[in-house]
Amino acid sequence: MSPSNCLVANDWICGEYLRTRRGELTDALVQHVGITAASVAIALLVAVPLALLVRARPRLAAPVLGLTTLLYTVPSLAMFSLLLPVFGLSSALVVTGLVLYALTILVRNALAGLEAVPAETREAARGLGYSRGQLLWRVELPLALPVLMAGVRMATVSTVALTTIGSVVGRGGLGNLIEDALPTFFKAQVLAASVLCVLLAVVADLLLLGAQRLLTPWARHRGAPGGA
Amino acid sequence: MGVVADAWTWLTTGAHWTGAEGIGARLAEHAYVSGLALLIAGALALPLGLWLGHLGRGGALAVNVSNVGRAVPVFAVLALFMVSPLRNAGYVPTVTALVLFAVPPLLTNAYVGVREVDRAAVRASRGMGMTGGQVFRRVELPLAAPVVTAGIRSAAVQVVATATIAALAGQGGLGRIITAGFALYDTAQVVAGAVLVALLALLVEGLLVLLDRLLVPRPPRT
Repeated sequence: MSPSNCLVANDWICGEYLRTRRGELTDALVQHVGITAASVAIALLVAVPLALLVRARPRLAAPVLGLTTLLYTVPSLAMFSLLLPVFGLSSALVVTGLVLYALTILVRNALAGLEAVPAETREAARGLGYSRGQLLWRVELPLALPVLMAGVRMATVSTVALTTIGSVVGRGGLGNLIEDALPTFFKAQVLAASVLCVLLAVVADLLLLGAQRLLTPWARHRGAPGGA
Repeated sequence: MGVVADAWTWLTTGAHWTGAEGIGARLAEHAYVSGLALLIAGALALPLGLWLGHLGRGGALAVNVSNVGRAVPVFAVLALFMVSPLRNAGYVPTVTALVLFAVPPLLTNAYVGVREVDRAAVRASRGMGMTGGQVFRRVELPLAAPVVTAGIRSAAVQVVATATIAALAGQGGLGRIITAGFALYDTAQVVAGAVLVALLALLVEGLLVLLDRLLVPRPPRT
């Protein structure tokens, strides 16, 4: 049996494939991570100020939440196709589309997190002489963090999965490998890229959970609700 | 606004609506796979989520299943089907991929909805001598209903929007209008396809809101 037999036989699991295409797999993985990370980071930078704006002017809540929800109903396939004339074939196109999707989750959670800050706490901080900026950075954002991070985790996991659709414009990370393998029914490549995709999402989720635990050490001791 | 006008023209051209590749047929395919996937996912996820919420256990299971479910790309599931002998199994690949996609939000909301019911109300009804089943039917389920139905609505909208991905793997549905437009460099057709999907999603959301108002009793505001 020559080692390349599983490639010829088109087996689902093929060690030879993983060995010979390691470079290709790594490149796709790097592109996938880059696109996902950039999308979630930009979405977060847009979502938090947007949530602060909505909280300051509640009249904007309905239009902002309505618009981000409406964006969510635009199919990803169409979103990437429609952004093509604006960006051309580039990663910026895929990142822009993914940012728009991630906003739906992030704006909602940022707002929910900020609204969960008890009014007494805010008042107490103001009574202690905190300025608006200090109140935001030292009291409100830390207290909103658990809910916000829950949103970041959800958005990250969804974005890892959605990045694969970027393959319509050739910028889908591991999705590119899946799409390339379809016409030739290349099983090993579809399976390897799919499994890597899921692993990437799970690892990202666990890393974010770890980051959340580090950032909110006080939340760990509270444990389950109820108790007394 | 030329593109919007062109898309309108494309949509109102009668010839685009008929035939095996027409809007009518694609719309029917789209509604069929989305509806079937939602029904199956609901039949699987809702009883399990509600039951786990009632028991108050298995929260970690529900959340983990949900997270892993979200992590599996619909495109990858479809592609795995397409390179296996099951690619000729009609709507099976698309429906299966969408069921896997719809279970997480349904399961999470069903579990969280029941779990977040005021524990005092549950304790009071137990104190009144209600059995577990009575507590579930008369107290937990009505109080959890808004969260559970919100989960159903968001799952429905996501499934309708995501069913377009079937086109990437060569399957049917409204996504085919988008991919065909993309292949022809016909932006108007892509916009028209996207508008059709978004309208269908909003229509489904509207219908579910209506059903919700008609069927689900609202708990009195406290």
